[in-house]
Amino acid sequence: MKKIEGIVRPHVFEAVKTALQEVGIVGMTITEVKGFGRQKGHTESYRGSEYKVDFLPKVKVEVVVADDIAEKVVAAFVSSARTGKFGDGKVFVTNLADVVRIRTGEHGEEAL
Amino acid sequence: MSLRRRMFISFGLGAVLTLGVFGLRSLSAQQAPTSAAPASPSTAAAPATAAATPETAAPATTAAAPAAAPAAPPKPADPTGAATGTAADVPVKDAAKPTLVEVMDTVGHNKIAINIGWTLITGFLVMFMQAGFAMVETGFTRAKNAAHTMSMNFMVYPIGMLGYWICGFALQMGGVGAVASLGGTPPLTNEFTITLFGKAFGLFGTKGFFLGPDSYDVGVFALFLFQMVFMDTTVTIPTGAMAERWRWNSFLVYGFFMSMFAYPLYANWVWGGGWLSQLGTNFGLGHGHVDFAGSSVVHMVGGVAALAGAIVLGPRIGKFAKDGKPVAIPGHHIPMAIVGTFILAFGWFGFNPGSTLAGTDLRIAVVATNTMLASAGGAIAAMVIMMSKYGKPDPSMMANGMLAGLVAITAPCAFVTAPVAVLIGVIAGILVVFSVFFVERTLKVDDPVGAISVHGVNGAWGVLSLGLFADGKYGDGWNNVPGTVSGLFYGNAKQFVAQGIGTVTCFVFVFVAFYVFFKVLDAIVGNRVSAETEMVGLDLPEMGALAYPEFAISSGMSSEYTGDANQEKAG
Repeated sequence: MKKIEGIVRPHVFEAVKTALQEVGIVGMTITEVKGFGRQKGHTESYRGSEYKVDFLPKVKVEVVVADDIAEKVVAAFVSSARTGKFGDGKVFVTNLADVVRIRTGEHGEEAL
Repeated sequence: MSLRRRMFISFGLGAVLTLGVFGLRSLSAQQAPTSAAPASPSTAAAPATAAATPETAAPATTAAAPAAAPAAPPKPADPTGAATGTAADVPVKDAAKPTLVEVMDTVGHNKIAINIGWTLITGFLVMFMQAGFAMVETGFTRAKNAAHTMSMNFMVYPIGMLGYWICGFALQMGGVGAVASLGGTPPLTNEFTITLFGKAFGLFGTKGFFLGPDSYDVGVFALFLFQMVFMDTTVTIPTGAMAERWRWNSFLVYGFFMSMFAYPLYANWVWGGGWLSQLGTNFGLGHGHVDFAGSSVVHMVGGVAALAGAIVLGPRIGKFAKDGKPVAIPGHHIPMAIVGTFILAFGWFGFNPGSTLAGTDLRIAVVATNTMLASAGGAIAAMVIMMSKYGKPDPSMMANGMLAGLVAITAPCAFVTAPVAVLIGVIAGILVVFSVFFVERTLKVDDPVGAISVHGVNGAWGVLSLGLFADGKYGDGWNNVPGTVSGLFYGNAKQFVAQGIGTVTCFVFVFVAFYVFFKVLDAIVGNRVSAETEMVGLDLPEMGALAYPEFAISSGMSSEYTGDANQEKAG
């Protein structure tokens, strides 16, 4: 099983969600996050004093999938979230040791 | 329940209701046949109804009626109002022989009624400005302190009210004499006066404490309400400059000090018949210090107290970098601040025109319009400056600009022309922007909302501009000096001198009084919250309540505050 985390722009999130559902995702967790990478922040001014806006709002989308569809899911992330400009985000893929469904106690791929 | 059934029931209910209404109407028609009688023309009914006036006269006012006259036919329903309010409504002893004195009594009563009604309604508008201040200040400060900022702006109202009721009003207005527009305000006739250089210098009043039995007069009560809401505007100004680090207990003491002593003293000198208003009769300086609605009495006093308080309190943690450069701390709710600014601008329609204390003084039209015009001039000037310097208009500065225009026009609004009102507002907008920079970058004083610049600097500009631009069309007899009020540009340099004296007095008196007061208060109570409290946010440590508890995950309540005992350990 793989955990796939995508950090994407807030305004592409709807497109990402739809694309993921089309490749067979049945669940996801999202978090509103702030961050920066190579997309730099910028300077603004408030009442004559400058301040830096370094952190940019993003949305983190986490899904857990079976190994066989992991590549399709990553591709769906990338194609739906890409705008071609700096700040499009990243996708992280990690192996998962176990998944447990709380309601029934099922383990492993049955719990996905 | 199916659709068909629901429609059936609805139609059934509708039919029952319709039948019921028609049934009741025909019932009432049967019981009161006279209501269907033809309406008599109002003029023809006059003698008949006049005969009935002794019974219909308002019992509270004039003397009792003599012999009972036959009851008049009821007045028919009057949709246009043309027949409502006639000679029949003027109380007279003998309807056949109304006397001039009786008619004049009613005229006089109605004039005072218009004036008292006007004073009260405009006073209600000014009271609503408290909401405006609360929203502006909270909008321009951070979310973690919002409950505290709001609470300060909330409690200034009851605290100011009680302090003023206890002795503030008496000290301010106890010797103002008979306020003619409110019917004479009979008890307010004691002004404590000293003699200097052979002249009388009024210092404070001594009548009206606790609005006791000696001041139980309708005019006095109206005056109290009106003056109280003005005083409260002053009390709330420093809460903006001192927000985000002011201890609640210190603020409480301040509220009473301002409302009981500091504000009333200067206000007495300008409005209560005291020595600044007597500069004209004593020394020939125009009409003495003239301040129509309070650029100096209300706004400059508030702004200078704010300056003293902010200096003693010190800047917010992180406001100035190690090299002294100011760090921006943006407000958390621009929409709240903008709506608050509009509430203040709206309330100013009570603040300025109400200061005639007379709805029958039609200069109120000029006052209100000048007020509006200056607000626009201020907002636009501030916007233009920010756009040209920084490329973008800054919402907080535009709001400050509008308020600066309003503060500046508050003194001269009754004495200037419309183009001058715009000019005064424009200059105010320019002043406020550069004053914000000066206070922050040069004086290194932290003023989160610009209170010092909006109220202090432009309060001074307001009274000085009166000394320049008053055009001599209004104000005959002001401060007991015959003739209308005019300024330097209309040939009256002495008026400008009087304004200058009032301005300097205000600054020196208020700054010294509050600097000393805050220093003493710091030693006894402590003005500032601890550094830990300030970092965590004042809402829980000071108020016990978060302004925005839902903005948290899991169980709802979230704050870095860990309780007083743990706070020192957490650091």
